[in-house]
Parts: sequence; C-alpha cells; structure tokens
Amino acid sequence: MNAISEGIQYLISSLSLGGLYALMALGLVIVYGILRLVNFAYGELVMVAGYGLLLFGDSPLPWIFVAILSVVAALLAGVAMERVAFRPVRNSNATTLLITSFAVSTLLQSVALLTISPRPRAPRLPGLFVESVTFGDLQVKIVDLIGIVVGVLALVALTLFMRRTVIGLALRAAADDFTMTRLLGVPANRVIASAFAVSGLMAGIVALFWIGRTGQTYPSVGLQPVLIAFIASVVGGMESLKGAVLGGYVLGFLTMGLQTWLPQGVNNYRDAVMFGIVILVLLLRPQGLVSPSYSREAR
Amino acid sequence: MTLLAVSDLVVRYGAIEALRGVSLTVEEGEIVGLIGANGAGKSTTMLSILGVVRPVRGAIHFRGEALTGQSPEAIIRRGIAPTMEGRRIFPSLTVEENLRLGAAIRIDREQIQADMERWCAFFPILGERLRQPAGNLSGGQQQMLAVARALMSNPKLLLMDEPSLGLAPLLVTEVFRLIVQLRDLGVTILLVEQNVRMTLQIADRAYLLNTGRVEFAGTPAEIMQHADIEQAYLGGGRRDGHPTTAAMGAP
Repeated sequence: MNAISEGIQYLISSLSLGGLYALMALGLVIVYGILRLVNFAYGELVMVAGYGLLLFGDSPLPWIFVAILSVVAALLAGVAMERVAFRPVRNSNATTLLITSFAVSTLLQSVALLTISPRPRAPRLPGLFVESVTFGDLQVKIVDLIGIVVGVLALVALTLFMRRTVIGLALRAAADDFTMTRLLGVPANRVIASAFAVSGLMAGIVALFWIGRTGQTYPSVGLQPVLIAFIASVVGGMESLKGAVLGGYVLGFLTMGLQTWLPQGVNNYRDAVMFGIVILVLLLRPQGLVSPSYSREAR
Repeated sequence: MTLLAVSDLVVRYGAIEALRGVSLTVEEGEIVGLIGANGAGKSTTMLSILGVVRPVRGAIHFRGEALTGQSPEAIIRRGIAPTMEGRRIFPSLTVEENLRLGAAIRIDREQIQADMERWCAFFPILGERLRQPAGNLSGGQQQMLAVARALMSNPKLLLMDEPSLGLAPLLVTEVFRLIVQLRDLGVTILLVEQNVRMTLQIADRAYLLNTGRVEFAGTPAEIMQHADIEQAYLGGGRRDGHPTTAAMGAP
C-alpha cells in the first residue's frame, strides 16, 4: 500500500471514529452544561440500545427498524433516568448528583447482569458492518463510510435543533444561566428532560456503531464509551458543544494515528501514549481546546 | 386598573426577616419606583413577585389573580417580564437568539417577528449586532438587550431590577430616558432602584423601603418633601456621579 492510500485510509477511519467520539461527547456535555453533572450512567444508555439491538433483532423486522427502535429505547431510557433518578436530587450539591449517576450506572449494569446475562451476546447485525469495498489498493470498510455520513448528519441535525428551535435555544441559554432561562418562562423540567432526551439519542446512535464494531453487547459495554466521551469533552472543553465535537475528532484522529503508526512493539502501550498526550494538552490548556471568546461574568 | 397588588408581604431568610409587611400596588400605564438603600428589601420584593422567593405571609395578585405559591415559569406566562440585576443576558447566544428566547412563551410566530423588528428599530444598536454573540456587547448594550429581551414576551408588567447598576453616568441617563419612552409606549413598569434621585425624576409614584417596610409612599414630589429622605438617601446630591439633577436631559 503506498503512502497516499495509507493516508486516505487513515483519514477515513479517523473521521469515522472521530465522529463517533464526537457524538459520545455531545451526549455527555449537553447534560453537563445544564446540570453541571457528569452523568456516568450515560454509558448505560449505550447498553440499553445494545440490548435493544439484541431484543428487537430476534424479531423478523428489517434491521433498520431494529436500529431505530433501539435508538428510541435509549432516548426513552435517558428521559426516564432523569425523571426517576436525577429530578428528586436536582437541587442538591454537585457531589450528590455525581454519586447518583454512579448509583444509576451500577444499578442498570446489575439489572442487565442478573436478568439478561453476564456473558457477551451477539446481536443480529447486517453484513455491511463487516464488508469492505476496494478502490485500487485501497480497502475501505463500508461501516466507516456510513459512520462518517451518520456522524455528520447527526451533527448538522443537532446544530439546527440547537439554533432554530425554542427548546434548543433554551438548552444553550440554560447552560449560560439556568435561572434566567426559567425567568423567561421556559419550564425547567422541559429543558432538563430535553437535555436527557438528546443525550439518550446520542447514546443510541453511538451504540449502533460501537456495538457494530465489536459485534457484542454485555452489561458493561457502556464503560468505554462513557470514558471516551469524558476524555473527549475534557480535552475539547466541558463548557461548549463545539468543544465536545472538536475533542471527539481530536481523540479519534489521535487513536487512529497511534494505532497506524506506532511501532509494533509499542502498540500495546497505545492507550498510555494517548493519555500521555491528553495530559500534555490539559497542562497547556486546562480549560480545554475551546473556551468562550467573550468574558463571562463571575456570578 | 390595578395590575399588581402586593399586600402585607413577609419574607424570612432563616432568622432574618427581609420583608416585614410590604404592601404596594401598580396601576396600568405607570412607572412605579421601589427605592431604598442596599438591603432595604427591594430585590426580595421583586423576587417574591416572580415566585423565586416564597413569602411566609402575604398575598400577591396580578390582574386580580393570586400569584402566591406559583412557579416562576407560571408567573411569567401570565405577563410579567423581569430584567434582572446584572443584566443576565446569555453571552454565548447571539443577540437575535437572546431576543427570540425572550419570546419563548409566545406562539404567534408572525407577531414575534414583527416585534423583533420593532424593538430592533427602537434599539438600533441591537439591530446592527443581531448575529454577534451577546457576550461581546458593551455593558450599556447588554442592558438594552436585557430590556428588549424582556419586552419580547409582550409583557403587561415589566419588572426592572437595578437597570442603572454598573453603567457609566451617561448611560445611566440614557437608561432612565428609555424607561420613560417605554412608559409612553404603554408599558407598565415597576422599577427597583438604588438611584433614588433619578428614579424620583421619572416615576409616577414611588415606595420607599427601609429595613423591610414601606417607610413612605407617594408621588415623587411628596417623597421629595419628606425631609428624612433628603437626608438619608439623597445626601446632598453626590450619588453615583450625578452631581445635579440638571445633568439629566428632560425625560
């Protein structure tokens, strides 16, 4: 394989992985912006969609409907999670919220462990998750191409939602100043429920590709996505959705770059090298790559 | 017609009694000033009206309906719009987005657009900067935006908390002139201010709060005659860089 096709190969797989990471990070940051909560139970929304794929996959439905149902399941699970677990403690301090998120995470994993199976299960996946197309000496996975397209479409759709709809504007405004948003007559419950709905939606879309990559779903399948989402959003800047997207793509390119070009013997240390770079970035820019350009008044 | 009637309001923060029986009314079309020193209970009164602070006693009626015990969202939907101390615009949203969110409780799409154009004509600087992040506006411009955003909900009553705070003297004058213009357009305003002198120049009536009670109520002329006030709040005309009343243009 020559250098050009190697470069294109790298670009495609990085864009695909980066888009996936960006969606993961967005789902986390959208809730963080409003509740100042890093929702570690976010990974379990990925799990819900994963078991959705398994459950609905047993039906004779075409796979696209299985996928849609699974994403909807994650969205509803996100809304339910807020209603049942976070709303009662919403006005408590940040630590209480954080611990609640760990509790929800553990609880949901245990439920899956006990009622479904502790062992990985393989949901029905369409062939395009393993097939490739070949252009000359370039071999491209179809799932990477779809991943790039879906990632971009999801980002565009979310951007439109956040800019054009009143509830989208309210979500962004609430991240600036929640009390003032309520003082414009926007119900707090509606804003927070919407944030969790978007978060669930992102987790659902992520699950399709995450589980599509590994082919398996299991109780702790959401652990790695939530960690990646957290790291990407810290690198990009927890304060902004743009930061989350940028952080996701940076992490995607970094991961793929290390995987492609690290010498064979060092490849086992890929994650160590990557986190080393992340620490370096944070040392230089503790606020993340993206920070607001205007001066925010201290309140 | 009486728009707002607050009667015998008592608010406690823990052991501290912030309001000790405040009563006031706002008639349609008026500018009513709520004045007094820091800690007199002005902001607490305003937050009680908005449902942010829960009074332990007393009643608040808006257009004849009781507001007490309702959520801020529900109260605002009835037609009260606040501009808060410190402006509280959304810095990461554009000017236009701030304004559109001001109309969040409305569904009359076309009329919202018309109002947007109307207030942009009224505040030309906002019209020029519609697509910029609101955080990039100057302090005075942010105050204009805060007022315009509140007006976008088409309120029956505008509650303004310290609109002159933190503004340069020239801008303070402009803000007060603006308030008069709004009244002339038919907007009813309850104005909470520490700047007693300026407030008395534009208000139709005013309430002077002192340590959680209404110490004096009446027209600005009546309040001016109240000797204590001259002493306690106007202090020989040194306030906030407004050496003389003549410095302000005729409202």
